[in-house]
Amino acid sequence: MAKNFLATAMIWLVALLISSVFLYLLSDMLIHGMARLSLAYLVDAPLDAGRSGGIAPIIVATAIIVLIAITAAAPLGLATAVLLTEFTRQKSGFGRFVEHSLDVLASVPSIIFGLFGNAFFCLYLGLGFSLLSGGLTLACMALPILIRTAVEGLRSAPDDYRLAAAALGMTRSAALLHLLLPAAAPALAAGLMLGIGRAGAETAALIFTSGYVDRMPASWFDSGRALSVHIYDLAMNVPGGDASAHAAALVLILLLFAINSLAMGLTRHWQRGRIHSI
Amino acid sequence: MKALMQDSDNNSLPQPSYTLGPLQSGPPCCDPRPLIRVTDLSLHYGAKAELENVSLDIYQGCITALIGPSGCGKTSFLSALNRLTDMLPGCRISGRIRFNDTDVRNPHLDVRLLRRDIGMIFQKPVPFPLSVRRNIELPLREHGMRRQAEIDAVVKQVLQDVGLWEEVKERLDSPAQALSGGQQQRLCIARALALKPKVLLMDEPCSALDPIASGVVEDLIVRLQERYTIVIVTHNLAQARRIANYAGFFWVRERAGRLIEFGRCQQIFQSPAHSLTASYVNGDRG
Repeated sequence: MAKNFLATAMIWLVALLISSVFLYLLSDMLIHGMARLSLAYLVDAPLDAGRSGGIAPIIVATAIIVLIAITAAAPLGLATAVLLTEFTRQKSGFGRFVEHSLDVLASVPSIIFGLFGNAFFCLYLGLGFSLLSGGLTLACMALPILIRTAVEGLRSAPDDYRLAAAALGMTRSAALLHLLLPAAAPALAAGLMLGIGRAGAETAALIFTSGYVDRMPASWFDSGRALSVHIYDLAMNVPGGDASAHAAALVLILLLFAINSLAMGLTRHWQRGRIHSI
Repeated sequence: MKALMQDSDNNSLPQPSYTLGPLQSGPPCCDPRPLIRVTDLSLHYGAKAELENVSLDIYQGCITALIGPSGCGKTSFLSALNRLTDMLPGCRISGRIRFNDTDVRNPHLDVRLLRRDIGMIFQKPVPFPLSVRRNIELPLREHGMRRQAEIDAVVKQVLQDVGLWEEVKERLDSPAQALSGGQQQRLCIARALALKPKVLLMDEPCSALDPIASGVVEDLIVRLQERYTIVIVTHNLAQARRIANYAGFFWVRERAGRLIEFGRCQQIFQSPAHSLTASYVNGDRG
């Protein structure tokens, strides 16, 4: 009985500890950032190295970078996951090799990705310091997470569906399209969210690829400053930029939260819709 | 007791308004023309022999029951008939399987057409996570049926055939996985029937169901016999005895499943030639 009580207390304590860290972070940002946050902050250009003014160009640059990263990584990641789960035996040498490389890739520090992106996209492919270089570098970073979660999602789709579909003379691609991918949809969405989260929160890899320039980007070949880079710059290099840094961090957190809820909602909606239509 | 009489947990409806034909115990008549001929079938998973030298004929329009203890290869035998064994990694087959005049093991054979002709029902009902209607519609579309009116007609007809129409006609567009277990299994049978198969392979279709739902499905199987050739794997000896025309008894010997005896159902149950069969059907072994 006492043991039971102790275990329960421990679990509650741990849960409380974790939530309090999160709450502390959030409240700190709210308290210090709210003062600077306003509509003008969202639609104005930064002034005086970010100490005043807004973050409009930075939000635009971040959105473009994340969009490029996801557009490049999602189809590639999904295709790889389908190849690994549906068309490769799990224990085959090829499958094992690919999965092992992904694990290694996932644990590579982001600064290495930054250097790689700089060497490959900026210099070798001649894209220079640009949103495109940054987006593609982030795509490389997000790929392992995307593929991992998609593979897990597809593997957890019941094997019964595969057998039953085959027994009805359906092709593997039909079973994949109509049964397995929908069944894996929540996992795919979660993977996408993790990918966007990682891309949106990335700093080190972007400093070397998409650069520091805080002007409004005119095309994806322009250099642009992502939100996380902006926060880093304000906090580290700009004396008196703390309030702005807090506000920018708050915006970043709120954006990620919004994207997260949106993706969850869309997945639910899509799954419900699928029951009726093709 | 009254509540029990209604089909499993479907509580919104009173007595189902369909009627099923009378149960015939072990009907002796059916066309003794072999539709599927299996010769010397052996099946290995990796190094492990699952089945060894099985030869038997499946007769047209008959119910053939495969009985025997778990792990003696009955399910593998069924899967070999419609090449579902292709899906199992490390599965090797030798021997001959002829269906009508086609060689089932021919590597150039279009398995989609084969599986359309030889449908399969699994132990656990596998309704897709779609609506009742879409469950039947999806395979039909995959096999090239495009006109919605035609599809709707087939959906209605097969649901009537399995006695499910009255129960689900109001909720064709609600999720199939919300149906009760017995209804799900009948939906799976309807889904297989929609493709107009010649043979239905049933892998313990009743064992995951409660007794009432199991009885409904069993009656359905007997009725299906009029138009389909049925091979059923069952652990329920009484059921095999009630519905089957032919019975095959499998047993594990020398670490591989073997067909010990095959014959008319009455003969297997009343005067088995082999002592193993006798002790199994009498409940002394297995």
